[in-house]
Amino acid sequence: MNVTESMRFAWQGVTANKTRSALTTLGILIGVAAVIILVAVGTGSSRAVQESISSLGSNTLAVTASAQGGGGPGGGGGFPGGGGGFPGAPGGGDTQTSQNATSSRAAELTMEDTEAIATSDDADDVLGVAPVVSASSVTATLDGASHDVGTFTGSTPSYLLIDNTSVRYGSAFTDEDYTSRHRVALLGTTVAEELVGTDVEEAVGKQVSFNGFQYEVVGVLAEKGSTGPQDQDDRVIAPATAVQDTLSGYGALDSISVKASSADSVDAAQTQVEAILDARHDVTSTDRDYSVTSASSILEAATSSNQTFTVLLGAVAAISLLVGGIGVMNIMLVTVTERTREIGIRKAIGASRADIVTQFLAEAILLSLFGGLVGVAIGLIGSRFTIVGVQPVVAPYSVGLAFGVALLIGLFFGLYPANRAAALRPIEALRYE
Amino acid sequence: MTTPARHRRPTVELTGLHKSYGHDDLAVHALDGVDLRIDHGDYVAVMGASGSGKSTLMNIIGCLDVGTSGRYLLDGIDVRRLDERQLSLVRNRKIGFVFQSFNLVPRTTAQRNVELPLAYAGVKAAERADRAAAALARVGLADRAGHLPSELSGGQQQRVAVARAIVSEPVLLLADEPTGALDSHSTSDVLALFDELAVGGRTLMVITHEDEVAHHAKRVVRMSDGKVISDLRATEVHEPPPQWRRPDRAEVVSR
Repeated sequence: MNVTESMRFAWQGVTANKTRSALTTLGILIGVAAVIILVAVGTGSSRAVQESISSLGSNTLAVTASAQGGGGPGGGGGFPGGGGGFPGAPGGGDTQTSQNATSSRAAELTMEDTEAIATSDDADDVLGVAPVVSASSVTATLDGASHDVGTFTGSTPSYLLIDNTSVRYGSAFTDEDYTSRHRVALLGTTVAEELVGTDVEEAVGKQVSFNGFQYEVVGVLAEKGSTGPQDQDDRVIAPATAVQDTLSGYGALDSISVKASSADSVDAAQTQVEAILDARHDVTSTDRDYSVTSASSILEAATSSNQTFTVLLGAVAAISLLVGGIGVMNIMLVTVTERTREIGIRKAIGASRADIVTQFLAEAILLSLFGGLVGVAIGLIGSRFTIVGVQPVVAPYSVGLAFGVALLIGLFFGLYPANRAAALRPIEALRYE
Repeated sequence: MTTPARHRRPTVELTGLHKSYGHDDLAVHALDGVDLRIDHGDYVAVMGASGSGKSTLMNIIGCLDVGTSGRYLLDGIDVRRLDERQLSLVRNRKIGFVFQSFNLVPRTTAQRNVELPLAYAGVKAAERADRAAAALARVGLADRAGHLPSELSGGQQQRVAVARAIVSEPVLLLADEPTGALDSHSTSDVLALFDELAVGGRTLMVITHEDEVAHHAKRVVRMSDGKVISDLRATEVHEPPPQWRRPDRAEVVSR
């Protein structure tokens, strides 16, 4: 009795009940396709995030305040001196304005921090610095058209340089606009399109109302395109002073953007910025109340979180594959019961235990093999479509893994029914009705 | 085939065979000391009421079951010493089964059904096909080779089963109520076939409760309560079976 013969018997068994075989196969098929597609979505989204982060520019740094205080145990929150409010600036020429002294222990970044970095003689590797003030839930309206702005950023003219953004129509706002608190704005193309239609140039010179505050549009930004689910053109940039006057209030800055002179000097620039801010905030590297992140560090964090995401998606899909395998076992058990008599006949005319095991095992593997093959095909086809805004990227390992696991599942879950068939005693099997 | 029977070792030799189910006081003795010797070329009918132990006897002779005690030699082989794999080998090489309910593998053509024992014996596909075709021709169903069991009448299915039983040239053809599910016409067809096989030198053992079947055998063994109660011989081992008639010219042509 050779393997080809066993495969032929198994094939007869599979084709004897086509509907049932197809449904069993479907379980494996869905599992394999799900593994491939979900892992592809995970990989695709992680690639999109990587692209969007690297489009920020590899030589940009972001300074953000660390969340501290607010219910933290011990209350000290890392501030030396422990008392309420900010610690006084220890000597030096820097002035600590009273407007930043709040009862919160959270660190705050101020316009003065920005100034200090910009004017410091020790920041050789810093090319530009810009404060970032964000206003949330801003609705732009113009002549009855309205649009909820994705991001509304207040900054200085140097922000455009740091952000690698250029002005396509009109012109950027100036330092004069910034210091004189002029209410002027630069629109992203998406915002401009929503307000004036496809001919975005028309937006220049219009008076747009943001949550009721009139701003004059001085320019429209060049398109940045969208990476992943986020539209980077759905934004407005205006002088930080004007934004504080109207939309965000005079609180702390959301962040400070720093551009290093070159990609190689990012680390040096980071050290310089940290030295300046440590001195101003009277902290050391152990109890820093702010953090400086570079694109590469964001990339690392995003990559690791994306890996977790991909693994989770894969795990969910793997469970469906397992359920498919249990389906195979279930059907094989039914098949064995149904064909008890046939097994008896085969044993009476000389089939050995091994012959019967091979036949039924081959049948289970055939089912999962079909499921695996069609599942791979469907997974590959499905990965060509954009899913929830993510263009999936098929990971070759997931195809091999899903297909291999499907076969192993057929083998594993087929073993029990096949052994049960082989263990049947021929007399009883022949008597079975 | 032409070797005189008396020069060969007996096909079946049972000595003091017991088979009981259950233990101690509750034990049921299906076979209670059976001694039976079947020589090569004999045609034996085993008769008895249900519960007489004839089915148990057939299962043991067919190597589907083993006795509790006693000795059983099949073609000189002590079956009790064999493990499961060797038993399946013995069933494959030494025994051909014919069942009351035909027991063909469903959804499998007559040809494939007949090939089955050869497939399990590891015979190559081409030789298998030739031998199966020859066996089907022997039972007069050469033209039905491609038919499925569901497309054949009961008598035809039983003849396919006989072809399957003889295709591997076993030392013993074992039939359990072979005509139990057949009408009278098909019954005489199958019995005529058995007579032909017996004339050809094949050893047959038929379990039956029908006198008509027993009349065809060279020897009739009656059983009751697990024991052989009578053993009557109608014709000698090397003679043709009693009901066999030398076919006349017309019959040969019609076949």
